[in-house]
Amino acid sequence: MWPRIRALARKEFLALLRDKVARMTLIVPPLLQLIVFGYAATFNIRHIPYAVYNQDGGEASRQLLARFQGSSVFREVAVLTSDRQIAPMIDDKRVLLVVHVSPQFSRDLMAHRPGRVQVIIDGRNSNTAALASNYVNQVVEDFDTEWAADHHWRSSPARLVVRSWFNPDLLSSWFIVPGIVGLLTLVVTLLTTGLSVARERESGTFDQLLVTPLNPVEILIGKSIPGFVIGVVEATLILAAAVFWFDVPFMGSLMALYLGLLLFLFSGIGIGLMISSLSVTQQQGALGVFLFMVPAVILSGFATPIANMPLVVQYVTYLDPLRYFLVILRGTFLEGDGAGVLGSQYAALVVLALASMTVAAWLFRHRTV
Amino acid sequence: MNRMALRGLVRKEFLQILRDPSAIAIAVVLPFVLLLLFGYGVSLNARRVPLALVAPSSSQPQELLGGFYHSPYFVPHPYATMREAVRALMRRRVDGIVWLRSDFGRRVLAQRDAGIGVFVNGVDANNAGLLEAYIQGVWLGWLSHHAQAQGAALTVPVTAELRIWFNAALRSRNYLVPGLIAIIMTLIGALLTAQVVSREWERGTMEALMATPVSMGDILLSKLIPYFVLGMAGMALSVAMAVWLFTVPLRGSLLVLFSASGLFLLVALGMGLLISTVSKNQFISATIAIVTTFLPAFILSGFVFDLNSMPVPIRLLTHIVAARYFVAILQTVFGAGDVWPVVLANAAALGVMAVFFLGLTWRLSRKRLD
Repeated sequence: MWPRIRALARKEFLALLRDKVARMTLIVPPLLQLIVFGYAATFNIRHIPYAVYNQDGGEASRQLLARFQGSSVFREVAVLTSDRQIAPMIDDKRVLLVVHVSPQFSRDLMAHRPGRVQVIIDGRNSNTAALASNYVNQVVEDFDTEWAADHHWRSSPARLVVRSWFNPDLLSSWFIVPGIVGLLTLVVTLLTTGLSVARERESGTFDQLLVTPLNPVEILIGKSIPGFVIGVVEATLILAAAVFWFDVPFMGSLMALYLGLLLFLFSGIGIGLMISSLSVTQQQGALGVFLFMVPAVILSGFATPIANMPLVVQYVTYLDPLRYFLVILRGTFLEGDGAGVLGSQYAALVVLALASMTVAAWLFRHRTV
Repeated sequence: MNRMALRGLVRKEFLQILRDPSAIAIAVVLPFVLLLLFGYGVSLNARRVPLALVAPSSSQPQELLGGFYHSPYFVPHPYATMREAVRALMRRRVDGIVWLRSDFGRRVLAQRDAGIGVFVNGVDANNAGLLEAYIQGVWLGWLSHHAQAQGAALTVPVTAELRIWFNAALRSRNYLVPGLIAIIMTLIGALLTAQVVSREWERGTMEALMATPVSMGDILLSKLIPYFVLGMAGMALSVAMAVWLFTVPLRGSLLVLFSASGLFLLVALGMGLLISTVSKNQFISATIAIVTTFLPAFILSGFVFDLNSMPVPIRLLTHIVAARYFVAILQTVFGAGDVWPVVLANAAALGVMAVFFLGLTWRLSRKRLD
């Protein structure tokens, strides 16, 4: 049995890597993408352009605005002199927000009356708007604390002391970069396996393969090996880059992570082979990979939390291997998880892998063109 | 250009599309299913977040605790001790903890600096930030209520009055759904055409086409026209779903929306044709299509991740991602209306890219057999 599998695996490797361009497309883009996306995919807002419309001009307003200027989140790009200038600035996307200080601001504050500041925010991107308003509130709160202390205001009866665990500065790259590891590993695995059976079907060599002494299980194993090896190598490279280039702390057990990676690769390969054996042409195979991959990425919890989805869609995500692998990645990276905590994630991946491999092996013989 | 030959070729392409169920699936089923799934599935509005409340002793201010119970954002889980709450946080049963010490109520009454401990699971940094803001909202609401109950005005010097334009309720669907349309159009455009030329090469039918009197321009046009028609149909379906199913307000005009979409579709189809022409191998063109279209459109287009916050080199890089311009137009036309400076600048960029990709494809596809 083994010599036959070895021969098939060897042939699969050759089919994949014989072409120089194909070799390059498998190795270079994922690494480049990790670097680019690692920097690009951030929910931490910075350099938010804003404009100031200060009708007050007093000392207090200058102190407040200085806090905006000193923050790395905001970048002042314009000073307005009339109400009418506000709308065009926001509409044309020249600024994300306008800070409007009302005329009596300093006088009110000096008289121990609350001062009025209006902040107009572009809500087209509601997440950026929500984050920006949080930062605005923070800047204003800092100003309040200092002003209240300096000018003998009554202190507030209670204050919030906020700590965030596992990611104290709430750096979104710590969340996103481990996610990219999973994302790119999925892409590579699906691409290496998703077209492999379809290619043989299209050129007619799959029938020849079926009449050799190889049985479907052996074909399955032989076709899985290249995707598996390439997946492990690529994932290791990407993991190393995540830790050493992006400085994402790795707190958990490497064993737990690699166990997860192996199971994830199994299920990814199983799904890839299933798609491939369903399709008759490579075009169908590529489409199938796309059709599976796009929802698998978007609904995995990579960028938007699964908990925010309606229940029906949450059930759909149970079919998504990336969903489980992301939990394993983030758990081992940030929360210091060992294999014990992740048992249910492993189990789900095993079920997906076995189910998809079985269907693929069955399709080898029963899908006839 | 030979009108007759072109018509024949277009007819052939259409027949090929109609015969292969997978192409029909892409044009009709794909936008429908994807938009349905993502429109409902992709949301950044956290609701009903499980939150642990640790408030031993009965002398706690009930209005503060009630604030958490009445908020639509939280599902409070009371815990007797901090230890149990921490264990729940570790096991991901709750996303955060609000902790009032047993002397909190007394300290508030005595005006002695009372601290409320808030701990959130920061792994999902974005969600954690929003959670903190929601908790702060409850706290601020309680503070002003508390001040009023004592007959005094709120003792805060300045509170910013936030006015959020275009989307006052901060409904994330209103900007995610238009962005999704851009992603789906990228997929349809590039996916449909990424394979069509390399397939002809691989099957050897390109040689047969070349032996006919049709020009290369005709061949390319014949590949473009059917898929353009299909793509626009997909676009119309997506817009209809966005407006009627997801009730995203469409403030701009349909004319602007569809003109921009047509322009973008030309870019996407051009990219697909270029990939297909250059690679001549279906495996490589599928790989390149995924790597250069879907992933950048997802991450570098401003669809979820804010472009302004990216480092400068990356921000420069986003200028070669066509989806970036289309996302900007869609988000503006849906959210704000026909804002000409935004629409025209981005449409111009799309025009340049369309000419570039289609022109390059045309230059590269000479009638040669190497």
